[in-house]
Amino acid sequence: MSRFLASVAVTLKPAVNDPEGLTIASALHSLGFAGVASVRAGKLFEIAIEASSAEEARTMAEAMCERLLANPVMERYACAIAEAERA
Amino acid sequence: MRFAVVRFPGTWSDRDCRHALVDVLGQRADIVWHRETSLAGFDAVVLPGGFSYGDYLRCGAIARFSPVMEAVGRAAAAGMPVIGICNGFQVLCESGLLPGALMRNRGLRFRCEWTHLRVEGGGSPWTAGIAPGEVLRIPISHGEGSYQAGPDTLDALERAGRVLFRYCDERGQPAPAANPNGSARNVAGVRNEAGNVVGLMPHPERAAEHIVGGVDGNRIWQSVIEAAAEVAA
Repeated sequence: MSRFLASVAVTLKPAVNDPEGLTIASALHSLGFAGVASVRAGKLFEIAIEASSAEEARTMAEAMCERLLANPVMERYACAIAEAERA
Repeated sequence: MRFAVVRFPGTWSDRDCRHALVDVLGQRADIVWHRETSLAGFDAVVLPGGFSYGDYLRCGAIARFSPVMEAVGRAAAAGMPVIGICNGFQVLCESGLLPGALMRNRGLRFRCEWTHLRVEGGGSPWTAGIAPGEVLRIPISHGEGSYQAGPDTLDALERAGRVLFRYCDERGQPAPAANPNGSARNVAGVRNEAGNVVGLMPHPERAAEHIVGGVDGNRIWQSVIEAAAEVAA
């Protein structure tokens, strides 16, 4: 078994209105970041997983997204898997 | 009629619901801890408002995996009346017992105020005693109550008469200004296909006595009580 780090990003689907992202964009504009075209807010989960391979770790992370981490009605997810550094 | 009022860690409207049902309406109601696995002996289920599990991850996302939710799912499938109020509505959506999702309010503010609701359709014991088109005055109290679903889902709900409550003005018009949270098509509450499972963001239990400003919430409780009496008769 090896330890992997799954970085799971959960964001709203493009069609879903994101009042939090709109508010952050507006704040960035007031700070002078005129080049900000848009902001979408989301969540990042860093999950340490014991698995025999990166593929297995990915399968587990995706199952976690389907069951709990994301709500398919309004959200989508992306998982990046990296081998964790040995302590 | 005996109501099960489910309490998750973080539920806050359970005692208000029990007060309305027991002290105002003379029914039986018991608080049911979320670890219970049976709802035997109950005639209806109330999932009250609050902040179950601190609203961590998403509102209702953790509560849906509580042991009691399996029993609620079985009761719902068997036709028992189930109502989810505010956080309870969020739990029902997360569980897949109702379609759609509740998202952050447009404007990002927590809104605690009186709203007007137009009762839209029938087909549910929870509104059986209320004529379509009637306007109820019931308060809301939420930060994440913007009802959202895909356009196809919304169309299907409308066609099937499953949009049960819509935010409206005093005269019953679903004006944009009467929409407190940005809900799609002013939807405040929906029902499942069979009609026994209903979710709404406004709090009927907080409109149960004149001393708190109104009694329109009792119309919903009375509907289900009368519907159950008719079934029993």
